Amino acid sequence: MTEYALILVSTVLVNNFVLVKFLGLCPFMGVSRKLETALGMGLATTFVLTLSSVCAYLTNEFLLAPLGIEYLRTIAFILVIAVVVQFTEMVVHKTSPVLYQVLGIFLPLITTNCAVLGVALLNTQAQHSFLESAVYGFGAAVGFSLVLVLFAAMRERITVSDVPAVFRGPAIALITAGLMSMAFMGFSGLVKG
Amino acid sequence: MLTAILALALLALAFGLLLGYASVRFKVDSDPIVDKVDAILPQTQCGQCGFPGCHPYAEAIAKGEADINLCPPGGETVVMALADLLGRDPKPVEGGVKEKRVAYIDEQICIGCTLCLQACPVDAILGAAKHMHTIIVSECTGCELCVEPCPVDCISMVPVKVEPATWTWPYPAAAAKPEANHG
Repeated sequence: MTEYALILVSTVLVNNFVLVKFLGLCPFMGVSRKLETALGMGLATTFVLTLSSVCAYLTNEFLLAPLGIEYLRTIAFILVIAVVVQFTEMVVHKTSPVLYQVLGIFLPLITTNCAVLGVALLNTQAQHSFLESAVYGFGAAVGFSLVLVLFAAMRERITVSDVPAVFRGPAIALITAGLMSMAFMGFSGLVKG
Repeated sequence: MLTAILALALLALAFGLLLGYASVRFKVDSDPIVDKVDAILPQTQCGQCGFPGCHPYAEAIAKGEADINLCPPGGETVVMALADLLGRDPKPVEGGVKEKRVAYIDEQICIGCTLCLQACPVDAILGAAKHMHTIIVSECTGCELCVEPCPVDCISMVPVKVEPATWTWPYPAAAAKPEANHG
């Protein structure tokens, strides 16, 4: 149990995918203008990342490894992730219109994101078990959502504050992201190993 | 090598079948009201209603967020049809009742740039690059989208003369407005 807790803490805080591993930066910058969209994106990402890391694990374990074609991991994972997300989008659209309204447009947006593929590949690299993969994916997504929501809240404040003209817009956003990244680096050492 | 190709091909095939099945099995019927409203709208996609196209406007009408009288190209015909369909009271078209106008290209000035062709949502402009263009009057909806892109300002909106063939009885809603102004 402590193992899973460790994985969770390490992916959420210490090895945060956005601020420490620098994956998934485009939704981080792109969808962080408003708190609500950031929340929606965070939810969708949590959903997709957990699902895709599990599916990628299954593909790797039961298809690629037995056939000895692990070198096709990247392309196989892209295929699996894209299909799974598309499929769930259809099912959600049919079965739960409310959930679809929340996640709707964000689901296909996050599908082809590098963080999603990155988590799947890192999972196989670290040779995680099934449950570990799921926790790893979930933790990565929670970390992503946390950072995204924090960043969105900061950007909402920044837009109304008096920023020098040269720093306005993306410049101050990138500086903020950099400062956040440095702050998150402070978590390293929280979990050993 | 062969196993790799086969494995990926089979995987892709299986997923393709799955998605194909899912798209049939989990097909979501769009709101029939939206489709009906959309069918009435003139499909000029001109955006004069404040929505980015006819379908979003149809959705807004169906949800009750938008009024039925925001479509200038459709004019009274559309307002009446929508009022009929939705059981709402017809109102005069937003921005006053405009007389029906169509675009007119001054063929002496036209340089044949084709910019207005691209702007026209209903393909009512005939022409080719470096040849003068002309408007097919019967197709023109008077949405004015071609006026803006013309680099030589050769397009003007001219009112359509009321002829026996085009004359219609004024709608009660449209007629009520001027009376109210007099009184």
